[in-house]
Amino acid sequence: MALLEVEDLSVRFTLPGATLEAVAGVSFRLGRGECLGIVGESGAGKSVLGFSLVNLLAPPGHIASGRIRLEGRELTALSERRWRGIRGRRMAMVFQDPRATLNPVLTVGQQMRETLRAHRRLSRRLARKMVLHQLHQVGLDEPERQLERYPHQLSGGQCQRVVIAMALLLDPDVIIADEPTTALDVTTQAELVALLIALCRTHDLSLIVISHDLAVIQQLTQRVLVMYAGRVVESGPTREVINDPQHPYTQALIDALPQMYPPRAPLRPVPGSPPAPGVRPTGCAFHPRCRYRVAADDDLRRRCEGDPPALIPSSGSEVACHWVAQLIDHEMIHSAQVHDEPLD
Amino acid sequence: MNRSTDAPPTPALGALGQPADVATPLLEVRDLSHRYRLPRRGFGRHRHAQTQALDAVSLTLWRGDALCVVGESGSGKSTLARLIMGLLDPDAGEVVYAGTRIDHLPARQRQRYRRRMQMIFQDPYASLNPRLRVAQALAEPIRVHFPNGSRQQVHERVDTLLADVGLDRAWGERYPHELSGGQRQRVAIARALSVSPELIVADEPLSALDLSVQAQVLNLLVDTQLARRLTYLFISHDLAVVEYLATHVAVLYRGTLCETGPAAQIFAAARHPYTRALLAARPRFDDAGAGRIASSAATPTGMPATPGCVYRQHCPLAMPRCAREPPRLQTLGNGHAVACHAVDERAVDTYTRQGS
Repeated sequence: MALLEVEDLSVRFTLPGATLEAVAGVSFRLGRGECLGIVGESGAGKSVLGFSLVNLLAPPGHIASGRIRLEGRELTALSERRWRGIRGRRMAMVFQDPRATLNPVLTVGQQMRETLRAHRRLSRRLARKMVLHQLHQVGLDEPERQLERYPHQLSGGQCQRVVIAMALLLDPDVIIADEPTTALDVTTQAELVALLIALCRTHDLSLIVISHDLAVIQQLTQRVLVMYAGRVVESGPTREVINDPQHPYTQALIDALPQMYPPRAPLRPVPGSPPAPGVRPTGCAFHPRCRYRVAADDDLRRRCEGDPPALIPSSGSEVACHWVAQLIDHEMIHSAQVHDEPLD
Repeated sequence: MNRSTDAPPTPALGALGQPADVATPLLEVRDLSHRYRLPRRGFGRHRHAQTQALDAVSLTLWRGDALCVVGESGSGKSTLARLIMGLLDPDAGEVVYAGTRIDHLPARQRQRYRRRMQMIFQDPYASLNPRLRVAQALAEPIRVHFPNGSRQQVHERVDTLLADVGLDRAWGERYPHELSGGQRQRVAIARALSVSPELIVADEPLSALDLSVQAQVLNLLVDTQLARRLTYLFISHDLAVVEYLATHVAVLYRGTLCETGPAAQIFAAARHPYTRALLAARPRFDDAGAGRIASSAATPTGMPATPGCVYRQHCPLAMPRCAREPPRLQTLGNGHAVACHAVDERAVDTYTRQGS
């Protein structure tokens, strides 16, 4: 059984006069010790998905349908009171801006002990010992000294390490990290990626990394979900998805990276911009920007503009694209014809 | 895509007047230093009453260059940009534009140079006035710098600018909040171009944009530079963008210039240990798994009170001399220069053999 199972999860924001579907029908499984990436642009719904997994959606956001199961236990129907036994203890979240996560008027030691003692009855001395242990685990220099420091006295990378140490305090099974390296410098980013990989291995921790940065996703994760306009458009082993992307959006995204081109050569950008949640195109939300649209016949175009495509298997991954589906159908017909030919 | 030759600017909104001087650099920065004075009272330790943001940085930009300044947050990149633009006053050093020293000019005289150098900021959401329509925002700098232009001329100029940055004329009637991030950054670029500058200083102009939109703006920046023979000073922490866009690179660490040179040379054969650490740390697609961490370079802002090289605590090549005297920038030829005692003493060759 997978550690975490998400099935057909939809998150809606009900506003006066409008309902926005931020996340639509997302399903995935996360095994123990596995590292899953969720990649997408702003507005794709990846952060909302992360928040919904730990029941931190702020109204008017709510889970409209679907299931979240942790070791088979259904979580979506739990009361906030029950959630407190799960959030932090079983599933912890690390947010994008570490400095904003920490309380500026408490020292590192104070806020870490507070977290620990809110969940467990511990003596001050034991709490201190556990806090020191975690600070050591995340590779902070001189943990004793860090205990007495305030967040503003730490660098961005140190803050992020403290936040990760805090998430580890209650020994959770799953950590959801929302853009954990985005606010950091290049060398600090690399250090944190190495830290997260090491923690997954040593703690048998499962990790969900939400990021817009394909290179970080590639380094950290074994599997990846590519989200566009609230839906998963492609999912599969990270290596396959990045080296052999199937969905036209994933293809276009990787094609647009400057590191794929010699200096100052014309880039091939994705035309247009990602849709805002309120004004998502019908059918496949990517169809107005899709490079295959010109090549599509009327029938295919009608499908792209009319119905949202379902995820179908395609060379090791799953892809939601009418174009790919049609290609696979053709291939199957073709190979069936080959097999039908009589053997001499 | 040389649209500017299709529609030559009208005389009143004139071109630059003076012929391009090839023998003088467009911009020279000499020993530029700046300190931020911190309030004495406040939170934290009171020892750092001042923090040295930039320490004796010298750079030269020739016409047509795209010089990318890289470094981590707190390395002084943005301070450098602001000093060049005159948004900050240097504590020491000179900013020389086309042979004329401009850093000490009174505001009125400086205005002439403002037209010739324009800045693009990081956040297109914050740098456009939310109450001005796009066309009004573009017309404003034209009116300031070319007060003799007629309404009709200004109007035509705005339309040309919108076309140049790939926006339909209809977008001119919109307000910034109606535009997407990529469109806003196009407007910010058009606004910088509106007064026909020679130099564009861009401070992280891509980092607020979505990945799929970044490439559009990068294309625009390269095309515009070629079409208008612009010179760029481009600040970025994204090495993939720098490798793509730069003709020259300058690496800053804690306010000092570590290394500078032609982009191809820096990316292929960087000499300074910090540049090497930076290049080694960038995430790459051909990486099997991560974990190639060259050195821990957590950058405390502000400078140590001691003399010597600012990178020495993190440097794998540090030697006693590094704590005694700060390294000076040494030219290696072909415009490549490095400030490092170890390079100076040829220790880097042994480092290369051991390291890789």
